[in-house]
Amino acid sequence: MTFGTKRAGTQKIMRTVLLVSALTSVLIVVLIFVFTVGRAAPAFHEIGIWKMVSDTTWRPGSGEFGILAMIAGSGIVTLGAVLLGVPLALGSAVFLAEIAPEWIAGAVRPSIELLAGIPSVVYGLFGMAVIVPVVRTIPAPGNAGYGVLSASVVLAVMILPTVTSISELAIRSVPAEYREGSLALGATKWETVRRVLIPAAKPGIVSAVILGLGRALGETVAMIMVIGNSAILPAASTGNPLSIFLSRARTLTGNIAVEISYATGVHESALFATGVVLFVLIMLINSLAALLLKKGVR
Amino acid sequence: MNRRKLSQNAAFSLFWAAGIMSVLIMAVVVGYVLVKGLPGISFDFFTTSPRGGLSGEGGIYSTIVTTFYLVVVTLAFAIPPGVGAAVYFSEYSGSTVGSLTGKLVDLARFGVDTLAGVPSIVFGLFGYAVFVTAMDLGFSILSASMAGACLIIPVIIRTTEDALKSVPSGYREGSLALGANRWETTWKVVLPAAFRGISTGILLSAGRIVSETAIFFVTLGGSYRVPHSLMSGGRTMALHVYYLAMETRAFDRAMSTAAVLVGLVVVMNLGINTITGRITGKQR
Amino acid sequence: MNKLETEAKGMSTQNYSLFYGGFKALNRISIQIPSNRITAFIGPSGCGKSSFLRSFNRMNDLIPGVTTEGKVCIDGRNVADEDVVQLRKKVGMVFQRPNPFPKSVFENVAYGPKLHGVKNRSDLAVVVEKSLKRAALWNEVKDDLHKSGMSLSGGQQQRLCIARAIAVEPEVILMDEPASALDPVATLKIEELMNELKANYTIAIVTHNMQQAARVSDYTAFMLTDENRAGNLIEFGTTKQIFTTPSDTRTEDYITGRFG
Repeated sequence: MTFGTKRAGTQKIMRTVLLVSALTSVLIVVLIFVFTVGRAAPAFHEIGIWKMVSDTTWRPGSGEFGILAMIAGSGIVTLGAVLLGVPLALGSAVFLAEIAPEWIAGAVRPSIELLAGIPSVVYGLFGMAVIVPVVRTIPAPGNAGYGVLSASVVLAVMILPTVTSISELAIRSVPAEYREGSLALGATKWETVRRVLIPAAKPGIVSAVILGLGRALGETVAMIMVIGNSAILPAASTGNPLSIFLSRARTLTGNIAVEISYATGVHESALFATGVVLFVLIMLINSLAALLLKKGVR
Repeated sequence: MNRRKLSQNAAFSLFWAAGIMSVLIMAVVVGYVLVKGLPGISFDFFTTSPRGGLSGEGGIYSTIVTTFYLVVVTLAFAIPPGVGAAVYFSEYSGSTVGSLTGKLVDLARFGVDTLAGVPSIVFGLFGYAVFVTAMDLGFSILSASMAGACLIIPVIIRTTEDALKSVPSGYREGSLALGANRWETTWKVVLPAAFRGISTGILLSAGRIVSETAIFFVTLGGSYRVPHSLMSGGRTMALHVYYLAMETRAFDRAMSTAAVLVGLVVVMNLGINTITGRITGKQR
Repeated sequence: MNKLETEAKGMSTQNYSLFYGGFKALNRISIQIPSNRITAFIGPSGCGKSSFLRSFNRMNDLIPGVTTEGKVCIDGRNVADEDVVQLRKKVGMVFQRPNPFPKSVFENVAYGPKLHGVKNRSDLAVVVEKSLKRAALWNEVKDDLHKSGMSLSGGQQQRLCIARAIAVEPEVILMDEPASALDPVATLKIEELMNELKANYTIAIVTHNMQQAARVSDYTAFMLTDENRAGNLIEFGTTKQIFTTPSDTRTEDYITGRFG
């Protein structure tokens, strides 16, 4: 009798303990929100949210805290990474899911997955040692190799495993009946891939790309190491608009990391504000992914 | 007809090229780091601490120690709530749909999804605001590990939940039918059966901590001394690579440290693959 | 048309065996399937009916490790020598579970013709309408051809799949238990449809439902596994003969429900 009560008691206590564990994440999210927004509030208050996000001048020494240059930096470097990385990732995903013989896929898949495990600081180092010197050979005024292009190349490699593995999964989870149905109508394998499998896997592929985008926007250290970190609006240095990719830039993440340890007062608050803007951007992107997924399922 | 075959051949060549290219990229990145880094690695490299200096003299001893402490302390913070949350989601939340607890479960899930999407620098910023400054713990292993725990809690929850879900429901039914209650069933039957899967998740999380730089860049300081307590600052191997490359431009030492990191990642990946391989092998 | 030519037309196999790796699944099957008739394949599950059916459009090619011996011919030509794409254009297939693509009704039916070179929108519309009419689905979907094929009922989905198969103008239609996932009313519609289709197509159907075989087919083939679990053709004849005066006792046992 008492033993039974004790058992029931333990059961009840554990149930509560586990529920509290489950709610830990909510608590952390709330704390993150309260503290970053709280610490950002003075900057938003003194400078004004709109002025911060629309002003391109970041000069903490003279009290100028516009972060548009960093928003643009994050944006263009992410765009570059998506342009370079996504085609390769989707190609690899289709290759792994539909084309490669099983033994080759079995060797290629872990190779690509290994890329996901490599620390971002190693990518940064590789970028400094290999990619920056290559980019430096492009003749353009002021091109030192450190800049948007190098950062985009590094980021493209970093998002490759995420986008590849989620897209492959999406293609693989298309029901086998679709594949059979299409082949039985006399479609070639490629026609089946292009007209049935990829359209059916589209929601998954789109969310893979958006997850890659989120990862790219959030990357910090590798960006600091190769992008040059100048808090300026990226701009073309020659008549060729593509030379904008040779411009130095700074990302939102880099802005925080580079300056937080010595910043005080409004400057520190402005860095927290940068964090809030980054957080909001990434939340927007994630909800966009969720929305597109829902629409895609229909 | 011929055109259809031709376009298939053209498309498939491109896909082969993409697959080969991806493998090449991996080989070049890993190969370059290993080729440039391995020659600088000796026994002394592991047993001496960095001495500062402009060319990054010394080895990586203290950074190994710091990395190890940080991983252990971070896991200690993250495993209990992470595994606990996963157990709740997998074993307890089924019967709560619609009730108040059900709403809490939805909220908790939303929390996990949100947390998983937070960029690591924001965790760093949070750790800096709360642990380093507000709680006045300073740049320390304690501050850094609490901030790091936020990063890996969602990882542990997801992998543990997957591991629990793959435990056949017959195990649970068998135990419940013998008169065990839900908690006894979970503790004595389900968790042991999911042990390998949970270990994989923990190994994966340890890898994330070893690799992470941004969070610790703003919460751990950068001291290259051997830490003597939880309140000591320090630098992990990953941070050491950063400082060597950015502040001393000692690329050779940075490459050697990076080679150690990459080697560690490869070993961990192999470990994870072996564990999961055994799991699937067992289920067949 | 002399006798040889009639035999060359339609589907036939000669000493056809099929292996999954080392396992023999079909054992030396020879059969001549009459054109413009419905032929049913019956037998207990696992006897190789579906594998046999899938031999005619080489869907077994998709399974790694499959090898064959003997011949499978359509119009006197060995299917192994034909271009698989052309072969499958000529041999339509309807699957056990309705498998419309996640596209609109129109796009589902237009899928095949587009592949095989029909580009013009109005030509496509003609083919789609004709196919849907033949599949007895037109009246139910004509008001909204752009709704998703997945939104139809199970029976409608299956008729959509039949329309999709017809749209590429095949000579033969293979049906692999086409009604097994459907309710009785939808099943009846499919059976009526098959009866109308046989005027233009040779139809081979695999079914586990003997009443269905008796109702819809003109000819029936009975298959059974031997002691090595390989599928054999036991008896083939008109449906009337198989169901009333089977010559093999095993056929009789199966028909009268003594095993299977």
